[in-house]
Amino acid sequence: MADKKKILSVKDLVVKFELRGRVLTAIREASLDLYEGESLAIVGESGSGKSVFTKTFMGLLDGNGWIDSGSIIYNGEDLAQYKTENDWIKIRGREIAMVFQEPMTSLNPLMTIGSQIEEAVILHRGLKGEEAKKLVIDILNDVGIAEPEKRYHQYPHEFSGGMRQRVVIAIAIACNPRILICDEPTTALDVTIQAQILQLLRSLKEKYNLTIIYITHDLGVVANVADRIAVMYAGDIIEIGTCEEIFYDPRHPYTWALLSSLPQLGVKGEKLHSIKGTPPNLFNEIRGDAFAPRNPRALKIDFVERPPYFSVSPTHKAKTWLLDPRAPKVEPPESIKKLRSQWRMSENE
Amino acid sequence: MNDKQREVLLETKNLRVEFGNRKKKKFVAVDDVSFHIYKGETFGLVGESGSGKTTIGRAIMRINEVAGGEIFFKGQRISGKISKDLDRELTRKIQMIFQDPMASLNERAKVDYIVSEGLYNIKNYSSEEEREEKVCKALLDVGLLPEFADRFPHEFSGGQRQRIGIARTLVMEPEFIIADEPISALDVSIRAQVLNLLSELQKKKGLTYLFITHDLSVARFITDRIAVIRKGKIVELADTEKLFEHPYHPYTRALLSAIPLPDPIREKKKVLEVYDPRCHDYTNDPPKWVEIEPEHFVLANEKEVEEYRSRSRA
Repeated sequence: MADKKKILSVKDLVVKFELRGRVLTAIREASLDLYEGESLAIVGESGSGKSVFTKTFMGLLDGNGWIDSGSIIYNGEDLAQYKTENDWIKIRGREIAMVFQEPMTSLNPLMTIGSQIEEAVILHRGLKGEEAKKLVIDILNDVGIAEPEKRYHQYPHEFSGGMRQRVVIAIAIACNPRILICDEPTTALDVTIQAQILQLLRSLKEKYNLTIIYITHDLGVVANVADRIAVMYAGDIIEIGTCEEIFYDPRHPYTWALLSSLPQLGVKGEKLHSIKGTPPNLFNEIRGDAFAPRNPRALKIDFVERPPYFSVSPTHKAKTWLLDPRAPKVEPPESIKKLRSQWRMSENE
Repeated sequence: MNDKQREVLLETKNLRVEFGNRKKKKFVAVDDVSFHIYKGETFGLVGESGSGKTTIGRAIMRINEVAGGEIFFKGQRISGKISKDLDRELTRKIQMIFQDPMASLNERAKVDYIVSEGLYNIKNYSSEEEREEKVCKALLDVGLLPEFADRFPHEFSGGQRQRIGIARTLVMEPEFIIADEPISALDVSIRAQVLNLLSELQKKKGLTYLFITHDLSVARFITDRIAVIRKGKIVELADTEKLFEHPYHPYTRALLSAIPLPDPIREKKKVLEVYDPRCHDYTNDPPKWVEIEPEHFVLANEKEVEEYRSRSRA
């Protein structure tokens, strides 16, 4: 990874929200480096802060939220210092674009598909009339919509869910962004369509030289598309590594728990692993490792002091005291050991 | 297991459900669907949105009217016109768990009322104490505390709400539960909890499930047999493991290939099969419901059966 250029660098970001007079810390000193041309998946439960984290890159926080401290360096500028909409206009769409979750609600039902994409083309690329239309039809073609000339004049209700998601993707790439953030791009879709959309995103990445961030709660989905995976819990990235490292050699107990609760790894007739308890209340101050109260293998220190990152390899690090040289040896659960042996088998195939 | 000795709990014969009453707008949602569910098993109905899987569940619940064919429960016909007594009995014995626990609970009612609503309807309790006791037992069965009965749904998390949804079916002491995508609206970590709860309850109470889902990886984990449904027609039906080992119908194969594997190296090498309904040539030779292997059925015409058979030998 060292030879790759950093495109975005987040350092010690803290995001807070005010809710009914109380202050909630949604992101707790999270840091992340994004490299040019990679696809990174951010995985976590709902409420882990994965959406909020990426929304700060585009200045899309809700009105009651703010960046408390930390920096987001992009192109030599600190996005965390941006205040006005005018600042953000330069970034949104043109530099960083977003594909939203629900294709059923993120399109305007009263505008034709063509004009919705054209809007972005006119605004961000300064094209007009026939030129703009031609580009829109090219983009529709690129996202795999058949008969783009005819589809150009149709409305969202004439499109199926998968087709609408393709249109949403078309709008996002119409401005030729450098970074594309996909927020749960496939959760609302059928399995077969889901696989097709992921394949589409992969091919678009090559064609448009995109750097892609996937946000998802489903680890199963990202094995196909991600180069690197960041696991988020209670507003912090607790483990990050290459796709292979996270799936075959996870180190944080939370990553273990997430992986072993996948039904694909379950053994029929036996209990599926489930995570006890609920994520911590972010209104309260969190002491130690945020996952400790739900972790049956928690150490004493987990309740006292927050673990720093421990490196496993140059590309793999995790925030868990288990990696401290002084820590007792704790065995991962059976299903995780099985994954490790799978690694060798898969590589030899 | 010898299937001939197993008791069939529910059976559908040539079931057909239509929507739209005028002939012009008629839409066939379920077309000629036949299957049976054994007592004590979990039968999976897998298909994509719009395939008619929920409609089948609703037809069994007598929510959707049946346009043709019959449904039998314990050998008794339960579709069409039935007596009031049987209707009451069925309300108790067949229950349903819905998909979205955020939308399917009455926001303005306390848990106590939500769970007892079925009891109020059929009045199979003699005193207020007995009703309370039943509610308390149902809540304990799903791992909730009895004191939760005094709370409102908004005080609970998604997983807890789905438990309330399950408790209100259990309070009726059902024999057959239709679970319509019970976990797809839940977070991954909570999915496991609810799946575990469902299998635990099945063991404890000898329940039979019709498990409706679009997620084959979940279906593989929880079901004993699976029927794959596409556009209102069942295209393949078999034991879960058999289906995963030897899928015959191209649609089943496409669905299976789309399951995301939690194994990056294999997943990246995987070839995605795409189903194109035009691959069937049914003009001269219409497809039939064929038992291609013992207890493994597929919708195919004779030419295709030959093809499938030779492939399985190869």
